Amino acid sequence: MPSTLLEKVWNAHTVRKLPNGQTQLFVGLHLVHEVTSPQAFDMLAARGWRVRFPDRTVATVDHIVPTRDQRRPFFDAMAEEMLVALERNCRAHGIRLFDLSSGRQGIVHVIGPELGLTQPGMTIACGDSHTSTHGAFGAVAFGIGTSQVRDVLASQCLALDPLKVRKIDVGGSLQPGVYAKDLILEIIRRLGVNGGAGYAYEYTGEAIARMTMDERMTICNMSIEGGARVGYVNPDDTTFAYLRERPSAPPEADFDRAVEWWRGMRSDPDAAYDDEVTLDGASVRPTVTWGINPGQSIYVDERLPRPDEVPPQGRAALEEALAFMGWRAGEPIQGTKIDVAFLGSCTNGRLSDLREAARIVRGRQVATHVRALVVPGSQAIRIAAEREGLDRVFSEAGFEWRGAGCSMCLAMNPDRLEGREVCASSSNRNFKGRQGSPSGRTLLMSPAMVAAAAVAGEVVDVRGIATNAR
Amino acid sequence: MPVEQIVRIGGTVLPLRGDNIDTDRIIPARYLKAVSFDGLEQHLFADDRAQAAPGVHPVDDPRYAGASILLVNANFGCGSSREHAPQAIRRRGFRAVIGGSFSEIFFGNSVALGMPCVSAAREDVDRMMRAVEDDPSLALDLDLTVMSVTGAGLVVAVTLPPGAREAFLSGAWDATGLLLDRFEDVERVAGRLPYVSGW
Repeated sequence: MPSTLLEKVWNAHTVRKLPNGQTQLFVGLHLVHEVTSPQAFDMLAARGWRVRFPDRTVATVDHIVPTRDQRRPFFDAMAEEMLVALERNCRAHGIRLFDLSSGRQGIVHVIGPELGLTQPGMTIACGDSHTSTHGAFGAVAFGIGTSQVRDVLASQCLALDPLKVRKIDVGGSLQPGVYAKDLILEIIRRLGVNGGAGYAYEYTGEAIARMTMDERMTICNMSIEGGARVGYVNPDDTTFAYLRERPSAPPEADFDRAVEWWRGMRSDPDAAYDDEVTLDGASVRPTVTWGINPGQSIYVDERLPRPDEVPPQGRAALEEALAFMGWRAGEPIQGTKIDVAFLGSCTNGRLSDLREAARIVRGRQVATHVRALVVPGSQAIRIAAEREGLDRVFSEAGFEWRGAGCSMCLAMNPDRLEGREVCASSSNRNFKGRQGSPSGRTLLMSPAMVAAAAVAGEVVDVRGIATNAR
Repeated sequence: MPVEQIVRIGGTVLPLRGDNIDTDRIIPARYLKAVSFDGLEQHLFADDRAQAAPGVHPVDDPRYAGASILLVNANFGCGSSREHAPQAIRRRGFRAVIGGSFSEIFFGNSVALGMPCVSAAREDVDRMMRAVEDDPSLALDLDLTVMSVTGAGLVVAVTLPPGAREAFLSGAWDATGLLLDRFEDVERVAGRLPYVSGW
């Protein structure tokens, strides 16, 4: 019977049907970080359990690491304690840890793919909602909480309810100045921040087929922002080419056999879906969020919505968002003054993102009232970018060039907004308080748009800016 | 593991209005800087409460002190997977959440804590909100055997995915024991996956 990738991966990893009707699913790769794991290790110890598949478990440190001064012990004693706990737990259980001295440390969703740990047809779990990122490779990847981290450590399994699949078919190709970030913001705007509840999102169609792995990761990363815990792209030659020769990918001698198995994990052409949506990629324009959830976005050349333009049940949310942001309905978003520009995160902190931003920044200066920072997603990306001279492009323009980590995406480290600052951000969430100041304001956009805003000092349309080739 | 069946939860109710209340609002990230969940309850909705006038946020409103049911709107708990959010709610004394709908990860985290999150129709949530705002002393009774909430003349049908409901009723909501039950089956599945056993 024709089936979707989700069904194939699900079936290949099903251990059994549990008495309560849920499925016990084997987890092929468990990624661990310092914030959601210490309590899980403690629960494990309290029950006398051990980690059953330490070689299917990989850890790194990302959320709490300072990006400016990374010397140990960290200035923040609690951050230091969290890292010490992770080091101790990994040592005790024989888990590989990519720490700051490894040269491979980075945001967990950046290093998994980079190391070739993330592969098609796998099930992946991590105590972080942006685990959906790994779906870009045709893996089924779940964000989980700490009790489930404990479950996976102890049993390498999760108890899950079945998911439906929505096929999101994006035709055409994205226009110049329009990026994967704009497309996923468009999908979330159309389908709603809760539209994906109960679904896995399968992204397909010409525009997706044309995308690089970095772009597909940006799309899958923000599935959770549309309410879909899982998002994936069927693996293809782009996927296989990316994986070849990565340190943890199948070795060359096995690679063709692996590709054969991976090809079998694609959705069949005549698979049945629970829902299907089509979109024209060519119609998408550069997009900016104006509110307090990622669905509250407009094209950069549009105006903020008015209460009379939205359905009655949406008015309270619109008014709450406008009040928090301090903006009036009907105003243009273009020209909105910014205070901070943040380039980074598991959504848009990869090398191609930094290259696109650098094309805008090269030969220009960050506006005098803006503080701007670039935080590479991993140490490897930082090194690769420096080899290309991107660090100098950013530094000469007035950006701070930082070490790898989650940084200002969630502000569990020294990088954060102050007071009512407005931040043009390449990250994934514009929730109230998300970037560390309870009253801080976040505008989500593509890295190129962040770079353009940093230079202009206000929100501008990146399509109107000439890029400066080397 | 001790088995605790969760069948009925009754008590007064704290109403918290708003769709899409994310876990960053439930527990801001700075309070995740810890190696235990102890004390999280103090910081439940910390920023929202600090921005409201004193005593105005429902969590600080003395009329709702001691409530054991949290009543919310749609897509509650969206965003970050932090279990710290349901932990903070549970540790503050709430034993169930009734709402329009819940994000999947928040829902799953709550199951693992033995805290049911049941969904009701929008108009029923509105009726319950108005009822408890009018009379904060009003107690509601959630019964998972018949999947209803009753109290103060209201009878509201609620839903819960069958697996979670069965887990609460049987006391098997703490999944780890169950997952370890037949470990030879886990090893068998691992052994037939080429990326685990070898290409």
